Amino acid sequence: MSEKHTDRADMTARRDDVARDGGRRREFPESADAMPGKRRGVSRGADLVLGARLAFAGGRDGWTRTVLTAVGVGIGVALLLLAAAVPGALQARHDRGDARDDTRFSAPPLHAGPGTVLVAQVDTSFRGTPVRGRLVRAEGPKAPVPPGVAALPLPGEVVVSPALRDLLGSPDGRLLAPRLGGARVSGTIGDAGLAGPNELAYYLGSGTLPAGRATRIDAFGGGGSPSSEYGPVLDVLIVIIFVVLLLPIAIFLGAAVRFGGERRDRRLAALRLVGADRRMTRRIAAGEAAVGAVLGLAVGGALFLAGRRLVPLVTLWNLSVFAGDVRPALPLVVVIMLAVPALAVVVSLATLRGVAVEPLGVTRRAVAPRRRLWWRLVLPGAGLALLLPLLGGLRQDGAARIDYQVAAGAVLLLVGAVTLLPWLIELVVGRIHGGPVGWQLAIRRLQLDSATSARLVNGIAVAVAGTIGLQMLFAGAQDLSTSATGHDVSRAQVMVHARPSSGAAPMAGLLRTTPGVAGAAGTLQAQATTKSPSAGEPVYTDLRIGDCASLAEFGTLGRCADGDVFLTRAGDGDAAARDAFRPGTRVSVGDGGPRWALPRGTRTVAAREDASGSIGDAILVTPGAIDAAGLPDLTSVTFVRLDPKDTDAVERVRNTVARADPLASVSTLSATEEATRFTGIRRGLYAGIVVTLLLISASMLVGILEQLREQRRLLAMLVAVGTRRGSLTWSVIWQTVIPVLIGLVLAVVFGLGLGLVLLRVVSMPLSVDWTVVGLSAGIGAAVVLLVTGLSLPALWRLTRPDGLRAE
Amino acid sequence: MTAPHTPAGGTPLLVGEGLCKAFGPTAALDGASVAIRAGEVVAIMGPSGSGKSTLLHCLAGITRPDSGRVLYQGQEVSAMSDSERSALRRTRFGFVFQFGQLVPELTCLENVALPLRLERVRRREAERRAAEWLERLEVTDVAGKRPGEISGGQGQRVAVARALVTGPQVVFADEPTGALDSLNGERVMRLLTQAARETRAAVALVTHEARVAGYSDREVVVRDGRTRHMEHTR
Amino acid sequence: MSVGQAFLGLLESGPRHGYDLKKTYDDRFGHARPLHYGQVYATLSRLLKDGLVELDGVEPGGGPERKRYAVTSAGVTDVEKWLGSAEKPEPYLQNTLYTKVVLAVLTGRPAAGLLDVQRAEHLRLMRELTQRKITGDLAEQLICDHALFHLEADLRWLELTAARLDDLAKVVRP
Repeated sequence: MSEKHTDRADMTARRDDVARDGGRRREFPESADAMPGKRRGVSRGADLVLGARLAFAGGRDGWTRTVLTAVGVGIGVALLLLAAAVPGALQARHDRGDARDDTRFSAPPLHAGPGTVLVAQVDTSFRGTPVRGRLVRAEGPKAPVPPGVAALPLPGEVVVSPALRDLLGSPDGRLLAPRLGGARVSGTIGDAGLAGPNELAYYLGSGTLPAGRATRIDAFGGGGSPSSEYGPVLDVLIVIIFVVLLLPIAIFLGAAVRFGGERRDRRLAALRLVGADRRMTRRIAAGEAAVGAVLGLAVGGALFLAGRRLVPLVTLWNLSVFAGDVRPALPLVVVIMLAVPALAVVVSLATLRGVAVEPLGVTRRAVAPRRRLWWRLVLPGAGLALLLPLLGGLRQDGAARIDYQVAAGAVLLLVGAVTLLPWLIELVVGRIHGGPVGWQLAIRRLQLDSATSARLVNGIAVAVAGTIGLQMLFAGAQDLSTSATGHDVSRAQVMVHARPSSGAAPMAGLLRTTPGVAGAAGTLQAQATTKSPSAGEPVYTDLRIGDCASLAEFGTLGRCADGDVFLTRAGDGDAAARDAFRPGTRVSVGDGGPRWALPRGTRTVAAREDASGSIGDAILVTPGAIDAAGLPDLTSVTFVRLDPKDTDAVERVRNTVARADPLASVSTLSATEEATRFTGIRRGLYAGIVVTLLLISASMLVGILEQLREQRRLLAMLVAVGTRRGSLTWSVIWQTVIPVLIGLVLAVVFGLGLGLVLLRVVSMPLSVDWTVVGLSAGIGAAVVLLVTGLSLPALWRLTRPDGLRAE
Repeated sequence: MTAPHTPAGGTPLLVGEGLCKAFGPTAALDGASVAIRAGEVVAIMGPSGSGKSTLLHCLAGITRPDSGRVLYQGQEVSAMSDSERSALRRTRFGFVFQFGQLVPELTCLENVALPLRLERVRRREAERRAAEWLERLEVTDVAGKRPGEISGGQGQRVAVARALVTGPQVVFADEPTGALDSLNGERVMRLLTQAARETRAAVALVTHEARVAGYSDREVVVRDGRTRHMEHTR
Repeated sequence: MSVGQAFLGLLESGPRHGYDLKKTYDDRFGHARPLHYGQVYATLSRLLKDGLVELDGVEPGGGPERKRYAVTSAGVTDVEKWLGSAEKPEPYLQNTLYTKVVLAVLTGRPAAGLLDVQRAEHLRLMRELTQRKITGDLAEQLICDHALFHLEADLRWLELTAARLDDLAKVVRP
């Protein structure tokens, strides 16, 4: 090669170069002593923008990744918004309840005037759904009108809620209509007067409502009705529901943000090579993550608005909610809007901390040779430490901070499962050797990187653990409510309290002729007063009038004939009263009623618990011993036995009672109603958990597919050396199933722990419902099997001979 | 355009002195020294495992040597912070590796424009210059395609375009033809050395193929982590 | 390389003068080593004697040789046979460089230095050839590549030998 020749060629080329690239040369000063290092004064925002552009770049793959992240984050955001809207929706219900409130507990009594109305509560229930009923009687032209109602119904008219109108119009309406006394529907109640869109409610006009059995008010609302205290158990339940449903969503959000993480790391390494420094790569990664999250916010907002329209269609726990009420509080919306992108950025930066993105590629930061156990125990330990002081102590002091303490304790305990999982997987997997090829591949892979697998399983473990804890709490609460009623359902299923009107047939007789009623025992009840012989103070006891059979509900009478009178003695009664009420004692019956003497032959017998579970001292009188017609303030109490095969019998009882006395109250004694209510919640909760798990499984699927893509080269090699496809399939299955099994075991342990602690916190008896445990773990396992099954086609596609060329 | 093109003279642009680097118990470099002058093409040769790639990475400021120093225009690269070294890579150095240095998500044009974008050149301007370079390296037709959709030879030429687009002082090429057949390899080498000579960029070329080294002005042989200089009169 | 067969091949496109033959041969195959006229005419007369070429005619004129040669059918057959037969790979079993290395090792001189010098020389030549290749046409590129590949093979041998000098010393100087 001749030197001269080269130089000449070079010179020509260089002149060419100068002419062409003159502008560029000025931008990159080339003087030998000008050192680079400072980028010209441009904001670091440009790196974020570049990251944002990278989120969109990359063709179909890149788009899929961004869309997956956006959808994942979107679902999470929608659920967060929904959760944020719950307090608002409850508050809106509460406000509406306040606005139509017609109870007056402490207000001074009003006098009738042109602006007053008499209102009586005639709440009933239809096939387990509560019906809010009011009898109204205007006392003047300016009588107040309840919210949502155009005008007070006149006697013989009724204003109903849309849901009740629809019910009355349906074939089932015939079973309810008698309770409205055949009144004409004159209008419907607007949304402003309803707690929820599906609420059953009516205002029935009355011309005869006596002031003595009604509340006189001059305005609806503002009565200061006691806000419904949930009680400590329910408080804890609600807190735990939020924790159990939201924690997996948070984990899911974290996973969604990591979609495409390994590819991102490689991309960042390529950027490092062309001169991006560490701060720039961090900003670029942050920009990328923020884009996914912000898109996710948009998707989440859209999902939320769409989902909100479905809300009125759902009635859960007899609660229905107006779409307009599902409105998250602005501060919470702002928090979500800021926190989700922030979380995305933080998670994405946190994942960067685990790897060193260098120009030559990505290397995992040196991992600690052994996973330490102690700090992994700190979180669950802290959770337990928060919960333990509450053991058995919650009922005494219902302070609000305890909710937070319970929530924090539960969160820490559940998150503890997440921190322990990688350690446990490593511990278990590290001790497994041998086995068939597929098994061996899976085990070796898990030994190499247990953290990734653990991450995939985290959400499932937390969701299952939370579910178990929650379901145990529910089961306990259910047991508690059932046992606390003390109703003896075998003796009677319905109890009716009515005011007998003179000349009307006795309630028990009316009920006995009602279809579906197997028997009815009716007594008239009044209060008996006398002066205590020692102190001269008035003492009180119950006086019940009825035939021998009916009276036998309240005492062990033994021999009984009409004309007999009994004194019953319960285990612990008022000693002064016992001294006062003796055979021969003269008592006054009712408020200022006639005086009547206990006959000489009055026998003292043991009291008996009635079907409602109450027991006490009383005077039991057969009709022949007293003239009931002349007694004031009598209440008729009727215990009704129903034909267990006739499920609508109770509705007919209500109709019969309403016809006889619209103001009578009908209570069902059966504990089953309470139980179905809880069954409803549990069913709803299972639905929520399934949705959450599906969400998590979506992220799992993405995770597995990414892992497969990462292993494409390895898979190609294994196929090339003749590995059977079955072995590869099994290796993928084991790779998912082993961590999941470990995760589920951990979840069961933590779930049981959480459940037991929570049961103790609300002072409920400890019991483990193994079907609940099995069901929760089973759902988790099913979800994983589903995900693994869905990932197999991708594996088969990857291992097809022509799939090998794809790289 | 200050100094004339003098491959064999002038002060060295980039100097590595007594470089040692061990990965675990194995020493990749054991006192290697090399000097690269402005505008010359230096082949760094040696059998596999001799430490030639590590030498290149040390010179480029990607890997920090355990001992010894790297001087770029008299400044000690090995003492610089990460962001200073990154800035050096951004503005003064260019890189062509065996494969995989392109960002798979970006089109070829965007890949070439990327170093300029990192330097805050406006997008339109950056892509105009990138397009010029693609034309120079005879790969205009792949501008809109992504690295996954083009051949290895085209990919390497895109990588060369990207390495040169900022007008670097030194291009580090590590087995740039390693994954290519002879014909494509020759084409990449011809375009790389031509373009480098035209822009007066020095090239540090790691290769184990003598035919590739034929495109150099001079070679440095690395054997067992030490350099042997093959200085000869031209 | 047989000059005779090359001539026969060139003559297949039509009769030529000896001078033409030499010029075409030098352009295509001669490269650094052009044929001497003596070599040209000695070859032609041998081909003539073997009946592989014949005189196509002698032009009148003042030049030294105005004979035109044409290939005979026997000559065409000969070319075909030659093209069809494999070349015997040259084994280079006796090589000056090898001799030098062994002698250096035997006499205790630094063989590594010798190899380095040789290596530098090989690379210098390769650079020249590469430069010629870049500026030359396709034929030039092909012949340069041929040489480059051979030189590269030599260099590989140098590399390998350098790595085995210690083993070699043990064998030749036990």
